[in-house]
Amino acid sequence: MNDQLLKFITCGSVDDGKSTLIGHMLYDAKLLFADQKRALELDSRVGSADGQIDYSLLLDGLMAEREQGITIDVAYRYFSTDNRSFIVADTPGHEEYTRNMAVGASFASLSVILVDASQGVLIQTRRHARICALMGIRHFVFAVNKMDLVDYREEPFRKIEKEIKILMSEFEYESLRIIPVSATKGDNVTVKSERMPWYKSVPLLQYLETVDVSERTGRTGFTMPVQRVCRPNHEFRGFQGQISSGTVSVGDEITVYPSREKAKVTAILIGEKAVESAEKGRSVTLQLDTEIDISRGCVIEREYDLTVGSMFTAHILWMDDKSLSAGRNYLLKLGTQQIPATIMNIQNKIDVNTGEEIYTDSVSKNELANCEISLGSKIVFDRFENNRELGAFILIDRITNSTAACGVVKRALQRGKNLTYHAMDINKSLRETQMGQKARTIWLTGLSGAGKSTVANALEKQLFAMGRHTMLLDGDNVRLGLNRNLGFSEPDRIENIRRIAEVSKLMNDAGLIVITSFISPLLRDRRNAKEIIGENFFEVYVNTPLEECERRDVKGLYKLARAGEITDFTGISSPYEAPEHPDVTIDTSVLSIEQCVETIIKALEI
Amino acid sequence: MDHLDELEAEAIYIMREVAAECEKPVMLYSIGKDSSVMLHLARKAFYPEKPPFPFLHVNTTWKFREMIEFRDRMAKELGIEMLEYINEEGVKQGINPFDHGATYTDIMKTQALKQALNKYGFTAAFGGGRRDEEKSRAKERIFSFRNENHAWDPKNQRPEMWKLFNTRINQGESIRVFPLSNWTEKDIWQYIRRENIPIVSLYFAAVRPVVERNGNLIMVDDDRMRLLPGEKIEHRKVRFRTLGCYPLTGGVESEADTLDAIIEETLASVESERTSRVIDSDGGASSMEKRKREGYF
Repeated sequence: MNDQLLKFITCGSVDDGKSTLIGHMLYDAKLLFADQKRALELDSRVGSADGQIDYSLLLDGLMAEREQGITIDVAYRYFSTDNRSFIVADTPGHEEYTRNMAVGASFASLSVILVDASQGVLIQTRRHARICALMGIRHFVFAVNKMDLVDYREEPFRKIEKEIKILMSEFEYESLRIIPVSATKGDNVTVKSERMPWYKSVPLLQYLETVDVSERTGRTGFTMPVQRVCRPNHEFRGFQGQISSGTVSVGDEITVYPSREKAKVTAILIGEKAVESAEKGRSVTLQLDTEIDISRGCVIEREYDLTVGSMFTAHILWMDDKSLSAGRNYLLKLGTQQIPATIMNIQNKIDVNTGEEIYTDSVSKNELANCEISLGSKIVFDRFENNRELGAFILIDRITNSTAACGVVKRALQRGKNLTYHAMDINKSLRETQMGQKARTIWLTGLSGAGKSTVANALEKQLFAMGRHTMLLDGDNVRLGLNRNLGFSEPDRIENIRRIAEVSKLMNDAGLIVITSFISPLLRDRRNAKEIIGENFFEVYVNTPLEECERRDVKGLYKLARAGEITDFTGISSPYEAPEHPDVTIDTSVLSIEQCVETIIKALEI
Repeated sequence: MDHLDELEAEAIYIMREVAAECEKPVMLYSIGKDSSVMLHLARKAFYPEKPPFPFLHVNTTWKFREMIEFRDRMAKELGIEMLEYINEEGVKQGINPFDHGATYTDIMKTQALKQALNKYGFTAAFGGGRRDEEKSRAKERIFSFRNENHAWDPKNQRPEMWKLFNTRINQGESIRVFPLSNWTEKDIWQYIRRENIPIVSLYFAAVRPVVERNGNLIMVDDDRMRLLPGEKIEHRKVRFRTLGCYPLTGGVESEADTLDAIIEETLASVESERTSRVIDSDGGASSMEKRKREGYF
């Protein structure tokens, strides 16, 4: 007898026969009560024309499911054979109900994924395999079902076997078994099929009875998130929670996170019984030797080294009808901690079919994505692969209270970890992360009439549409305010550029993308601006030929300059020093405005 | 950790989450064996503190007398707060299980429960439901949400990931919490034996006055029992696998008068426990889901 309880799920595409497989297993293994069996036989007679037993009716328990003949939500079934106890979560195959499938996956340690032998690996098969891996399942069985439809031949099975192995090579797993079955006919479900002599291994149930699903990965130190403080009177103070990892013993020196205060364990209670030690999975009450500040949300640990931080990257499954876009605020629950959280940046979403990472700024229901999450305050966490309970979280919509997403922590973001607990400096990089962008000063230089303002305007609109936070500085908003005391003498022109550069730098520090649109004809002025602004300086040379600028002469200034009515006019009576190494060069007489904007954005690499 | 340890730890975790996060929880207490296990777990979960919520018994006034005695004794011995709620309006109208059938269940159980939850303003109510009991229960989450009319929407259940329970609700909504979701009848009995949990004596076989009605053995618990023409009271050795209103609860003939014998009988049983509940067979296969949608626990 394997005393390890096996929690598993069945999943796969719709109509691949999940419910039928489990139904048949229960029926064959004589695991049904007589009245359930009678009801099944009765229901089948009502539902099907030929009076054959429809095993799926055992599991599809909701009225809507029976009406539509589909599975909407997870059904849990409990059964034991002589060799093992099982809990099976039968999950829906329709894409629409993916989140319900994920609910089942989060509960299981093994997944039985069904594949229709006549169809092969489908998108939904891949989606489910991916979600199983995300939710932490490391043991996989693929039941290649409906072998009766391919005449129990080996060749189609081997082809699908190959497809499965290619699919699974993307994931980390500890065990993988591929079994040819027929759920309706019962081949290789509970007894070995004689119709597939080429399959040499054990039938499904026998495999499930013996597979070892103990976790081999993960860290072994002791961790316990505190659920509540038990304080019935002033003599007793205990900390209640369920142990996430490792073992705790009386006398152990533990550390409380996030404060990192230390204490010794003086007593461990399981219920009302005092014990010497307790292991992972136990719900306990701990008493400590010193009065330290501990409340719900703290984590007690020993020899573990948890992360305290306010930012991490995560792999998420989006479940809400409203799609996710960066910058939205949610409540995050991780362990027993609950705090406001912002999705800073959606790095990409995953094509469920190919596994490809696709650049995106919004994620819809049932999609998988990678993103950066910033928290309202510091919390205690670990990577999911180290600790299932301190590395998994849900996001809650603050208005509807629905569970909008679930996800796992991939890694702490360094800037989060480097912050000290007491003084959190809000710096440029934090602001950038909060805004989900990299600050830049896009410095447009070129002759009067070259098209700088038009390009600057169009560029800002495009960046804004991309969800970027921008500011445009041009003659209109600088000359009339900040620099209204400056004229056009040489020192004033230098000061003009210096002030623009300083303002740009401040705005960059605020996390903004700044676009400046000034003629700025002199190399040394622009060099000066670059020195002030630093690495964020991005020079765009709007290199439209003088003839074209003069032809356009939007403000009639060239005419006046030619007539000598304006002195020191760039390009006519004073020099324009072209940039030696601009980051990008555009010519508005050759490119359309859209093309110019596209060229700049491409060069910016944002 | 064995199987029962695992189930115990999970149930305790759930109870503590509710106590920590929900505004005004209550534990429904039906006096049955599942309620006995729930009460036992609640005491363990918060020890040495008493459970930080009251217990509520919705009394239809047709419970077995032994049940009520047991309830009062437990409340007194354990010093827990036991609330009782009776739908007095229903009593006044003379609603009873003989004349009113499904209406009786609705008024004295479903409506009474809603009235009680509204009266005290409870936002979360623990119930002893298990997923192995019935097909629509097999689909229900551990944290099951109810709208302001206490109705369940099975097609739109909130996702429940890992053990991260989202307990947030809007004004007027409430939660039913089922810490025993993953227990089976066998687990319940084995746990009762292991932990020495007191249960009502009706679970043990004894000679009791019964009448046979539609294949069920109904106990004549008091003189309100109405006999149909041709029915006569017999004294048979029976026990009950589930407890409820005596005119609606069928006993089974049995010699099992010890826990071990009951467990042995349960393991060998070919009928699931709800067959002895007359109420479930009203209205066909989906009757439980219908009642739950209307607010039945």
